Amino acid sequence: MEELFDPLSMARWQFGLTTLYHFIFVPLTIGMALMAAIFQTAWYRTANITYLRLTRLFGKIFLINFAMGVVTGIVQEFQFGMNWSEYSRFVGDVFGAPLAIEGLAAFFLEATFIGLWIFGWNKLPALAHLACIWLVSIASMLSAYFILAANAFMQNPVGYTMNEERGRAELTSLWEVLVNPVVLAAFPHTIFAAIMFAATVMIAVAAWHMRRGQHTEVMRPALKTGLWTNILAFIGVAATGDRLSLAMVDAQPMKMAAAEGLYETTEAASFSLFTLGTPDGASELFSIRIPYLLSLLSTHTFDGEVEGINDLQEQYVAQFGAGDYTPLIWVTYWSFRWMIGLGIVSAFISALGLWRLRKNAKPMSPARTDRWWRILIWSAPLPLLASLIGWVFTEMGRQPWIVFGLMKTEAAVSPNVAGWQVALSLAAFTVIYGILAVVEFKLILKTAQEGPPEITDDDAEEGEGSGRDQLAIVY
Amino acid sequence: MDIAQIWFILVAFFFVGYFVLDGFDFGVGMALPLIGKDDTDRRVMINTIGPVWDLNETWVIVAGAVLFAAFPEWYASLFSGFYLPLLLILLALIARGVSFEYRHQRKHRQWAQNFDRMIIIGSVLPAFLWGVAFANVVRGVPMDENHNVVGSLFDLLNPYALLGGVTLTLLCLVHGAIFIALKTDGQIRIRARRLVLQAAVPTVIAAAWFLLWTIWLHTGYAPDALQAAGSDRAPGVGLVWVILTAAAAAVCLLAAVALTWRGKEGTAFTAMAATIGLAVVTLFLSLFPNVLPSTTGVGGLTIANASSSDYTLGVMLWVAIIMTPLVIGYQGWTYWVFRRRLTRDHIPAAETAEAA
Repeated sequence: MEELFDPLSMARWQFGLTTLYHFIFVPLTIGMALMAAIFQTAWYRTANITYLRLTRLFGKIFLINFAMGVVTGIVQEFQFGMNWSEYSRFVGDVFGAPLAIEGLAAFFLEATFIGLWIFGWNKLPALAHLACIWLVSIASMLSAYFILAANAFMQNPVGYTMNEERGRAELTSLWEVLVNPVVLAAFPHTIFAAIMFAATVMIAVAAWHMRRGQHTEVMRPALKTGLWTNILAFIGVAATGDRLSLAMVDAQPMKMAAAEGLYETTEAASFSLFTLGTPDGASELFSIRIPYLLSLLSTHTFDGEVEGINDLQEQYVAQFGAGDYTPLIWVTYWSFRWMIGLGIVSAFISALGLWRLRKNAKPMSPARTDRWWRILIWSAPLPLLASLIGWVFTEMGRQPWIVFGLMKTEAAVSPNVAGWQVALSLAAFTVIYGILAVVEFKLILKTAQEGPPEITDDDAEEGEGSGRDQLAIVY
Repeated sequence: MDIAQIWFILVAFFFVGYFVLDGFDFGVGMALPLIGKDDTDRRVMINTIGPVWDLNETWVIVAGAVLFAAFPEWYASLFSGFYLPLLLILLALIARGVSFEYRHQRKHRQWAQNFDRMIIIGSVLPAFLWGVAFANVVRGVPMDENHNVVGSLFDLLNPYALLGGVTLTLLCLVHGAIFIALKTDGQIRIRARRLVLQAAVPTVIAAAWFLLWTIWLHTGYAPDALQAAGSDRAPGVGLVWVILTAAAAAVCLLAAVALTWRGKEGTAFTAMAATIGLAVVTLFLSLFPNVLPSTTGVGGLTIANASSSDYTLGVMLWVAIIMTPLVIGYQGWTYWVFRRRLTRDHIPAAETAEAA
């Protein structure tokens, strides 16, 4: 059995699968909680029933998604100990701290106030109920911060010392771990990307109803909000992505060299949009290049020197001993381009959408209008795909390290968990996650297509907690 | 008392919180087929835990994260060593969590029934397996000199651990039934109280047997006694402390049953929460100062060799001191907000799945 299933590669596949799957739900949770909070605030301030209906609709989509985020999140935490026990022993002193803070300061807050928000519609005073969704939104972002701080330690270890006697990394400054330059850039980058996805889902829902000419009075504001949000969030993603790549050049120059497939150290380096050649990019047949762009991205100067893979490999061999220190170049090269490209396309479609919605726009033919709505609907997953591919880039680009410069991935796996056990769990997660993905997607689709619930002004009055002191029946 | 010992108490605190809180969620899930006669009944029952199950389950995430931060070696050995039971717990918790959220999304009888089954399995399995796991932690597991748990799944399925699993499952069932009696009215409340009394006899027998066995393991007379030759285990607390907490747990269990019989559901629930809390405390007390003893003579983990550095423990202690009262405060408020009893009248008739 042992030779049939290699524990290391099984564990890596499982971590990759469960993490990417978990991250399908994270951006929508973070982004939609914020959207629901904003709509509910608008309703609270204007008493305009449209905003209440939007809160209810997107709140419901948020909830279906939230359940999946919670249950798949437990797997993430347990997996470190189950599959990566050597890693846990090695970094637990440092890495455990942000995870525990996340639990105490963010998870509890999120889990508690989401219950109060869902079940408290007719029960809590309107302002207290509004505060609940804001607390959920804030807690989901706090949670992201601490997780990203933990991840940033793996990318760029700071605030620790090596305890040779116990053979582990030990925390010397929690503050340094929490203000790691990598997390300071990765956090806003991730949050803006999450908001982009929530925005495109909102755009798709609105476009679906607009295309059928239904609920237009509610869906038009939703569409406009979504389009503006997506464009603004994209500007945030791009700006913070720029900061993140500067932080990466400092912390992991190999990752940035691998992102471009740049083998030789180069000044005034160009950036290739597209390359044909061998899969690892070592020899090139054809490419489309933008001059100076790579130097500009990596150093913010046109003629800055960008270190190449070969030089870095030599440096690392001198520093860490013999071995291959390059990640899979074709993965890093293409994931970096797809991440950026999909983000740009998504923002471009939204910009076009706003242009078409302007007041004095010329009316289009019905066929073109119809095609236009379809584009808006089908482009919803673009930011999600970009986020997922971004994670593939950042995690695969760190290889062969699990903690950069300190521990290799191959040394981190649980030595006492047999390959067949990991194969079994990998199969189990694949099957159950697959089934749940179908159910979840259908439910979100159904909720979205049912559209915003009809709410009369009387209902809304009662919603403010006047008199009817009872539980909102949800389940 | 050094700071690592304080963290041992905090880890115990978070697991006590988890079993006391999610314990009644599990019990409600197990009681679905026993108390719920139709879909409306079952919806009443699920809605009693609706606003709180998520925050209750979060206690295990926090307990796990706290374990990771304060005792990385313990976390690593335990989670990798109990790989298959934990995998089953994870799958069960996934099934249960999504079922709460999805069962009401469609008004088909079959749809709801499928998710009811998943809730039942997702409630029985984690309660049972956590019981098995914690009993094994107390008893000790085969380990190598690098603190890795060796040995197979069948080593974990020894009689003492299985009894631990049965005990925790039954305690959760009674806990959940008392919670339903406390939170509902009408026929459901009556049936819930009846279930408590029916389940009381096997529960008391299992719990008494398990607690006596735990004490027996400590006396050294048991065949698999904790201090047997070849075990790597630091000397524990005096036997009298284990006996005292076990006895207190037993008294609380009897009180919970008697109070339910007398119709005092609020006090009964408090007594039952104390029962589960004290049972978990008994296990942690009989473990102290070990955290994962070895039965093979090498590799045993204690508070001293499993804990994080003093700096980590110190800074995290401040985080815990600041956050924990706040958490208890707002969670207490949540339970206060949702203190009302729930009846069939609250379930909108049109929305229930068509009957048979």
